Amino acid sequence: MLIFSVFKTLTDQRVTVELKNELSITGTLKSVDQFLNIRLDNISVHDEARHPHMMAVKNCFIRGSVVRYVQIPAGGVDTQLLEDATRREAATQTKR
Amino acid sequence: MAEASTSGVHEPFDLIKLSLSERVFVKLRGDRELTGVLHAYDGHMNLIMSDVEETIMIVDNLEEQAAAAPTVRVAKRRMEMLFVRGDGVILVRDNNLKIPKIESRIKLDR
Repeated sequence: MLIFSVFKTLTDQRVTVELKNELSITGTLKSVDQFLNIRLDNISVHDEARHPHMMAVKNCFIRGSVVRYVQIPAGGVDTQLLEDATRREAATQTKR
Repeated sequence: MAEASTSGVHEPFDLIKLSLSERVFVKLRGDRELTGVLHAYDGHMNLIMSDVEETIMIVDNLEEQAAAAPTVRVAKRRMEMLFVRGDGVILVRDNNLKIPKIESRIKLDR
């Protein structure tokens, strides 16, 4: 739930999603769900020559399981808040 | 690890918790490695790290001579803030430069 909440706060920011098949897509994060599936608007593919599949696509849905990385703007998250939330989430996990 | 038992490390995730806000080294599937400052993780080993350097190992097997003695090239990349999906993570270790490497520790014991 933690990472899902983090992504919810990042909606409407430009992010770069790198997929497991090496495809890199930059777009505006429109929505995310519990599986970390991602909807991006106004996308641009990084190496257009090697990945011409998406030339006509403006918005896309990405299955969470095919994501390798998501590059987010450094100012988009509060690292202190993240660490505190992680400690709390880790504590609730072990209690179970 | 005497320090681990006295400090209350009972399971692997407790060890990762100790590395929050520290530099960590992460080994990933696909011959990739990362170093960066760890800010968040969860039960899937999803990670959020900042000031990340990614190293990709590329093995050169294309030329005929190279196939006999393959060369390894390295490609590096820097990223300010990165989410890493947990299913690609192999291991996480601390990248603490203050702790001496194992070889030098063994020499000190003598």
